[in-house]
Amino acid sequence: MAAQEVEVAVSGDVLVVAERFGGEWTEVTFELLAAGREVAQGLGGTLSVAALGRGTTDQVKALGAADVVLYADAPELEAFVPEVHLRVLEAVVRSRQPRAVLVANTSTGMDLAAPLAARLGVPCVAYCRRVWVEDGTVVAHSQVYGGKLVAEVALEGPGVLALVAGSYPAEAGRGTGSPAVERIPLPALEGLHSRFLRLIEPEAADVDITREEILVAVGRGIGDRENLGLAEELAEALGGAVCASRPLVDNGWLPKNRQVGKSGLTVKPKLYLAAGISGAPEHLEGMRSAELIVAINTDPKAPIFDVAHYGVVGDVLEILPALTEEVRRRKGEG
Amino acid sequence: MHVVVVGKLVPDLVEDLEVDASGRGLDRQFLKLVLNEFDEHALEEAVLLKEAHGARVTVLAPEAEGVDDALYTALAKGADRAMKLVGLGEAPSSRQIAAALASALPSLGFDLVLTGVQAADDLDGQVGMLLAGYLGLPHVGVVTGVELDPDGSRARVRKEYPGGWLAELEVQLPAVLGIQAAKQPPRYVPVSRVRQAMKEHTLEELSAEPVPVPRLSVRRLSKPEAAGRAEFLDGSPQEVAAQLVSILVERGLVR
Ligand SMILES: Cc1cc2nc3c(=O)[nH]c(=O)nc-3n(C[C@H](O)[C@H](O)[C@H](O)COP(=O)(O)OP(=O)(O)OC[C@H]3O[C@@H](n4cnc5c(N)ncnc54)[C@H](O)[C@@H]3O)c2cc1C
Repeated sequence: MAAQEVEVAVSGDVLVVAERFGGEWTEVTFELLAAGREVAQGLGGTLSVAALGRGTTDQVKALGAADVVLYADAPELEAFVPEVHLRVLEAVVRSRQPRAVLVANTSTGMDLAAPLAARLGVPCVAYCRRVWVEDGTVVAHSQVYGGKLVAEVALEGPGVLALVAGSYPAEAGRGTGSPAVERIPLPALEGLHSRFLRLIEPEAADVDITREEILVAVGRGIGDRENLGLAEELAEALGGAVCASRPLVDNGWLPKNRQVGKSGLTVKPKLYLAAGISGAPEHLEGMRSAELIVAINTDPKAPIFDVAHYGVVGDVLEILPALTEEVRRRKGEG
Repeated sequence: MHVVVVGKLVPDLVEDLEVDASGRGLDRQFLKLVLNEFDEHALEEAVLLKEAHGARVTVLAPEAEGVDDALYTALAKGADRAMKLVGLGEAPSSRQIAAALASALPSLGFDLVLTGVQAADDLDGQVGMLLAGYLGLPHVGVVTGVELDPDGSRARVRKEYPGGWLAELEVQLPAVLGIQAAKQPPRYVPVSRVRQAMKEHTLEELSAEPVPVPRLSVRRLSKPEAAGRAEFLDGSPQEVAAQLVSILVERGLVR
């Protein structure tokens, strides 16, 4: 089925696409609702939420921050299958013609935002951190080039915006209103080309990094695998654990359960010491709310310094051992 | 089985990125371009499929400074054919690339398109996902492993969910997949092999008809306004360590 362009919508309505995992609405759903409310207010339209899944009938109340909950409750929607969810979502958008569709820029939402925009013939804005309205125009800040630059883009007409998780406060999207609730008529779900087989649970961890108070996080700047020992020594001296950015895990240097970020774990330790990590948006998603962030990086313009409280421009191979020595010395004194 | 890998060159993020005089684009004068790291993974996965199933692999990338090197390197790694997508001008957007491919790819014939899950410059969406939308093909993004059925009619893919969960999905081919990580880290090839590939292969050209696409109007490109930029500690490693540990002691983090 080739893409077909839609008539330009003129409403000021906003449609948020709820995200679901393990039978619950995920945190980012409420962040989207918070953002969606601001945009709907700016456009003078209503805020709807598309809530697809199984067992959703009893869970529409949780989406009370919206004016309208459009829900589908069907076994075919239990697990996230990109083709299926896209088909239903496309039907919803074609019938409602919202001005802005807000999707989470997550590992599931990324499979919806761009294809939906292509099918509808409307623009897509990826990696959004902020969305607002100026004189009837939807404006967004998109984080590009690994977070090194921000593009301010304007959407004159309808469009799809993919919002980075952690960009809006979820509390603001946890409304207790009593929205109008409508069941979405499901489009034909035959002739599908993909199906869900199974879910694979993450491996059990020897160390649960989400419970550690002190984390020494290493990134590609550590260079070689044998240098990991420097981070381990510091973590040991501090009484914490080592975690890592994704590339080190992909290389097999550390297990998946030590990965922090979008496709790893979200941590909130008392101290997060980022060594040789650039601070890509996908990494920041998992650690930006740590209480104290210290970053060591040779590049003074690395985006990690935008979220760090203290920064050291320097070589991790020199700074890490110096820190370990200093921590040991102070502890010896104390 | 014909696997098409779609890649693109993007600015090397290790380098400084400067905004041009218009304030709306990148200063491309001294820009160093490299193959998008996730496209490297897409290529690796394709070569692994070739090794396991005898698939033919074609690599395709829009023309850009350095694209020849990237394509010859892909050939040296095991791709069978390499093509430059020409006619889109400098630094086409993801949407332009996807729209052009949607009209050019069907004549090339393919069973599977692999692209990197995303690239650092995809302001207007990810090439693979946009392409899937245009062609109305089944798609899966954030993929970390692909297995093919012996008869080549279906693929079994692992897709990531947040929090370390994975899903296993089955898709009928043709399909478009956005690769996050190949089953193994992208292989390295020595320069001598790349040189050899330059002798043995010629790069082909695929001309793209520029298709009108919805455009985003970029008002401004700038460095992020840091909410609270780090306080920098200066000095020798020992001096920096002493300052930092004092801060940790003050906060009761080192006792
Ligand atoms: C869907 C998706 C999900 C993702 N999920 C995650 C995730 O969960 N977690 C994650 O981390 N990433 C994730 N990523 C990847 C992310 O986009 C980045 O590629 C990754 O975070 C980069 O890791 P890094 O900072 O270690 O490496 P790089 O970005 O390569 O940075 C290395 C840094 O080290 C510095 N450096 C180099 N040498 C030294 C030295 N000697 N001393 C000090 N500094 C040095 C460099 O200046 C650079 O800033 C995801 C990507 C996608 C597309």
